[in-house]
Amino acid sequence: MRNESLKDIAIKELLLQLADDDFIHSYRGAEWLGLAPHIEEDVASASISQDTMGHAAIYYKLLDELGEGDADKLAHDRPAKERRNAIILELVNGPGHYMKDPDYDWAFAVVRNYFYTQAKAIKVQSLHSCSYEPLAEVAQKVQMELYYHLMHWKTWFVQLLGSGHLEAVSRMKAAIGKTMPDFAGVFSLGQYGEEMVELGLIEGEADLQKKWIEAITPIFESVGLATTIEIGMARGDGRNGQHTEDLEKALKTLSEVYATDKAASW
Amino acid sequence: MSTVQLNTEEIYKLLEDVKDPEIDTVSILDLGMVQDVTVSGQDVSVKMLPTFLGCPALSIIQKNVETALKQLPAVKNVSVEFLRSPSWTSDRITEKGKAGLKVFGISPPPRQMKSDGSWHVDCPYCESTYVTMENIFGPTACRSILYCRACKNPFEAMKPMIKLI
Repeated sequence: MRNESLKDIAIKELLLQLADDDFIHSYRGAEWLGLAPHIEEDVASASISQDTMGHAAIYYKLLDELGEGDADKLAHDRPAKERRNAIILELVNGPGHYMKDPDYDWAFAVVRNYFYTQAKAIKVQSLHSCSYEPLAEVAQKVQMELYYHLMHWKTWFVQLLGSGHLEAVSRMKAAIGKTMPDFAGVFSLGQYGEEMVELGLIEGEADLQKKWIEAITPIFESVGLATTIEIGMARGDGRNGQHTEDLEKALKTLSEVYATDKAASW
Repeated sequence: MSTVQLNTEEIYKLLEDVKDPEIDTVSILDLGMVQDVTVSGQDVSVKMLPTFLGCPALSIIQKNVETALKQLPAVKNVSVEFLRSPSWTSDRITEKGKAGLKVFGISPPPRQMKSDGSWHVDCPYCESTYVTMENIFGPTACRSILYCRACKNPFEAMKPMIKLI
């Protein structure tokens, strides 16, 4: 009996982590709408954000089926301290606001998007053999869509770093320097991580992280970057509800319409 | 009072009239979105596969299916469910569906990708192979934007969605 309830908790925790990561990642991506470097990129990154929101939605739907409440409510009506997303994904795109003087950093977007999409691809691959069947099924579908996302961000990453253009290269290096110290948060499985692994839900943090480093190392080498990759959780572990003011502000903005009438049906 | 027996054949016939909300030359059947239809008395259950998880047209399609099937007086309840599994893949599109896409100016998805993940489609207007990829991502999740260097038309292609290992 006790084991079963622990299993339920571990499944729900994992789903919340996956959902909240994709949700805030998609939101930050959507803030680029109309601001991307060129029109085709605007179409592409908007399309990727839309797919990603679809991924968040299906994870929230699985939680709904497990009795955690309506997907819209899960997405819009939970305070920052209840969110499980990794901190690196909630950080603003840059100074300013998308409506007023956005001074967003495309290099940071490319680095964060590439790193995250590669990490997500590894997690989703691991979820193929998840002992919780509905999640294993969803992982199949997510992976097919993710294929194009990963190709897209890898292309940007390699092109900007391999461009030989001084500003592009230095801004990309700065963005890598900004992303690494918090990126381990993406691999954190939180306080029920051990149970998740024991129950066969997903591989452990260290294994996922190792596979990620193996995946990005040849890309780093191809653009002449040093391959000593060290990541951390400088600002804390989002899986435990630790977050920054950036998330608080984002939640306030994104739930503005929802909050005007929580009972409205769309 | 005699009851009218429903059969799945009639249901499939009606589903042929439910088109993709944005591509009115292709039905949801030809897109391979309908996985199963079952009839029980006056109740019809349609199991469908989403093309893309974030596709905003899914709820419109669901509504259109319900409306279409309720045209039959013998149908009382319609339930439409999107399944998680199996995953929709672009090779589920029928030959008729591919022809319908071309009529709309959209190249059907290629059967397979090359080993490096690249793929090729021909221009839906002039059949030329002399085309360039402008953007893998297009106006909807399932489409890409290409350009035909022969007839100088921009066109769209259905993005291949293939099961990866």
